Amino acid sequence: MFVVATIMIILGMVLTLMRLFGGPTVYDRVLAVNLFGTLTVLLIAVKGFLSGRPDFLDIALLYALINFVGTIAVLKFFRYRAIGDYARTRDDEEEQS
Amino acid sequence: MSTAALIQEVLSWVLVVSGAFFALVGAFGTWRLPDFWSRLHAASVTDSAGMILLIAGMCLQSGLTLVTVKLIVIGIFLFITGPTATHAVANAALVSGLRPREAEGLIAAEPEPLTVAGGAEGDAEGTRKETAGAA
Repeated sequence: MFVVATIMIILGMVLTLMRLFGGPTVYDRVLAVNLFGTLTVLLIAVKGFLSGRPDFLDIALLYALINFVGTIAVLKFFRYRAIGDYARTRDDEEEQS
Repeated sequence: MSTAALIQEVLSWVLVVSGAFFALVGAFGTWRLPDFWSRLHAASVTDSAGMILLIAGMCLQSGLTLVTVKLIVIGIFLFITGPTATHAVANAALVSGLRPREAEGLIAAEPEPLTVAGGAEGDAEGTRKETAGAA
């Protein structure tokens, strides 16, 4: 049964990649990357059970953490054009003038 | 094989396969649906239904061990962060001025001017201008 689940998840990852490369807006791509990350976490977990080594779950947990932080970081970058620093936006300049 | 173990095996089988099915359906919807907002809807299927069913199936498979604890931790984390990330993507798209595609021939009302709490975001028009200026 884990073979069936693995094949279906990989097929889903291929479909997500097609949306990722063909997405018209940047938000489609971010959504596809987020979905791809979730599917990767599930694939790693299922693969661990498939090969009889559930130790892979640690890697899956780490990947889930990185995936979430990465999605938020990319969105923040596209909103403010900066990740850590405070970027000046047009609103700030209007407030000062 | 005792009856309880058989029931556990069959239930785990059903949960894992249906979870993989929902994961595939979500990915298929993300590939095929026509605009961003409907794709967002499809992506949530994988994030919630597929993930929960798969994790529950694997929990039943492993019994009461440390593996189950790890699986539950992964499940709780994904259960919190999946909708949060989806909400962040939707919010970013809405603030940047992306609107749902309307049906042909439908005379829709003008969208309400978007006001976001905090003041730094501005309304939809201002944000659209700002995005154009930044790009």
